[in-house]
Amino acid sequence: MTIRIFVPSDAAALSMGADDVAHAVTSEIAAHKIEATLIRNGSRGMMWLEPLLEIETPAGRVGYGPVQASDVKAIFESGLGEAHSLNVGLVEEIPFLKNQQRLTFARCGITDPLSLDDYEAHDGLKGLRNALDMTPDAIVAEVIESGLRGRGGAGFPTGIKWRTVLQTEATQKYIVCNADEGDSGTFTDRMIMEGDPFALIEGMVIAGLAVSATKGFIYIRSEYPHAWAQMNKAIAIARAKGLLGLSVLGSGRIFDIETRLGAGAYICGEETSLLESLEGKRGQIRPKPPLPAIAGLFGQPTVVNNLVSLASVPIILDRGGAFYENFGMGRSRGTMPLQLAGNIKHGGLVERAFGLTVRELIEDFGGGTYSGRPIRTVQVGGPLGAYWPDHLLDTPLDYEAFSEKGGMLGHGGAIIFDDSVNLAKQARFAFEFCAIESCGKCTPCRIGSTRGAETIDKVIRGNNAAQNLDLVSDLCETLRDGSLCALGGLIPVPVMSALEHFPEDFKAKPQGKAVK
Amino acid sequence: MLDQNHAVKKTWDPVMARKIATEMKGMDGALLPVLHAFAQHFGHITNEAIILIADVLNLTRADVQGVVSFYHDFRREPGGRYVVKLCRAEACQAMGSEELAARLERALGIKFGETTADGGITLQAVYCLGNCALSPAVLVNNELRGRADEAKILDMVGAARP
Repeated sequence: MTIRIFVPSDAAALSMGADDVAHAVTSEIAAHKIEATLIRNGSRGMMWLEPLLEIETPAGRVGYGPVQASDVKAIFESGLGEAHSLNVGLVEEIPFLKNQQRLTFARCGITDPLSLDDYEAHDGLKGLRNALDMTPDAIVAEVIESGLRGRGGAGFPTGIKWRTVLQTEATQKYIVCNADEGDSGTFTDRMIMEGDPFALIEGMVIAGLAVSATKGFIYIRSEYPHAWAQMNKAIAIARAKGLLGLSVLGSGRIFDIETRLGAGAYICGEETSLLESLEGKRGQIRPKPPLPAIAGLFGQPTVVNNLVSLASVPIILDRGGAFYENFGMGRSRGTMPLQLAGNIKHGGLVERAFGLTVRELIEDFGGGTYSGRPIRTVQVGGPLGAYWPDHLLDTPLDYEAFSEKGGMLGHGGAIIFDDSVNLAKQARFAFEFCAIESCGKCTPCRIGSTRGAETIDKVIRGNNAAQNLDLVSDLCETLRDGSLCALGGLIPVPVMSALEHFPEDFKAKPQGKAVK
Repeated sequence: MLDQNHAVKKTWDPVMARKIATEMKGMDGALLPVLHAFAQHFGHITNEAIILIADVLNLTRADVQGVVSFYHDFRREPGGRYVVKLCRAEACQAMGSEELAARLERALGIKFGETTADGGITLQAVYCLGNCALSPAVLVNNELRGRADEAKILDMVGAARP
């Protein structure tokens, strides 16, 4: 029997030397004259183990990690799947993975991402086949029942958005996938594009059937060259195999997808900016209304969904809305792919039903900081998320529970900082980032961000600190209430949370708790 | 389309430029794809390129100029053979990317946004490379590296070091 050996081609694995490991595996297969094939899978999401080499055995897949090319010879010589210092045992039994509930990421890291046969063998295309036998209304009803909400950050019910597009008459409608994953601390979109791209394609085709759209665009950020290349390969395969094109799976229904590359602008993750950019313009936001669901891309009714939302659709159509809705808490239904990032020992992807607390995520899955020093703050939700102190970490990961505490779940990234962090500097960075990335359309964001950074500098220097802190609060209120979109509107969240929870860092010339 | 390998010398070629723009002009929202193609073939976007693109896509020069200036990816000046994009966003900050940024500036003798005098290396800030569980992250041309430090990055730019 041919042995299957897996070395990820996920960018995180490549960043730690996965290509060299793969070359070494190929050489060893030849040298030992073993009947074996090398598969370049996606990542399992246990990034501290990357590159994670896996070998299929009768008992299951045995992992080795983190592997360097120089380790491969010894792994082969000790016997594949046998004892070795890097052997982590059966991969599925590793608690980090075993304690997850993977629905959207069910295949990621397991299959060959570019094999449509492998995709089908692992429940792929079942959702689409069901959808092809359903009316658009029935598909939309299933997605509404699932309770799926936008995984990009806003948390708007996906099915309701689809219903609006379905009910709007037009000769051309579009499905737009937002893969402009700009929030620091997030990488789920990238992992799907590299590790299970057909799931996104299937989700987009289903969305097209649901609202009678025949064309889709995936807007991919240019900081993701590997995802860009992989997604384009997957689309070409999907076209060649009849999953995309003039007759989806022989049904006579039309759907095709094109990719577009971003050009280094955070604001293009905002849906109206993204549409401007797709149209070939400056990525400046559009005032709403009209909603993109009524007048979106090229003025046509458009579904704009986050990548993870779309990639969650196939399993909903396969297992049913009620199955998906059964996971979660309160009004947050289903599972959320969370990401552990920054100063964390066991960083990576954790997909769990809503309701897990931040502390459980960081301690039970993450294993504490990478540096081994105490955690001082956690920022959940990217650059627009709150800096939280220890006492808020028992908040469950849930849209409503977070907003009650002044936070935001966003795209599900949690960035961990140890006690060397200085929150005044982080607050200053929030303003600075907003100034760099502001689209310039509205005044509070365009000018307020720069003034905010300057004012925090004054506070740090001890220049009229009390008055200047009042000014910062005032400015944040203006940004929150007067900005046109979430960038200016939410940048006060990291700033004010840092001020509220860590006022000691804003004292004149603070030393923080620097360790150096 | 996303080949940012600047190791190959790129010279302006108006015939090829017009061919590229003409072939792509039928795309929906063609301007960004055309600009990316120009960046790949010619390295940076010159005034001649802006005039030519405006002509082929039937846009005003101001339209094209406005789009070029909006996006961080499009440069008006040549970049280095190696473009070092260091992530300076929060997850990497939590792992010391700001100290790393300062060390790189010292080692290369340039500030962020600048290119070494011999055109070897451009140092550029980016905000998230999606490798946030293995911070600090750096992208050198199209090669991503996790747990980056000064030695690893200088090794990647090898011979181009000043």
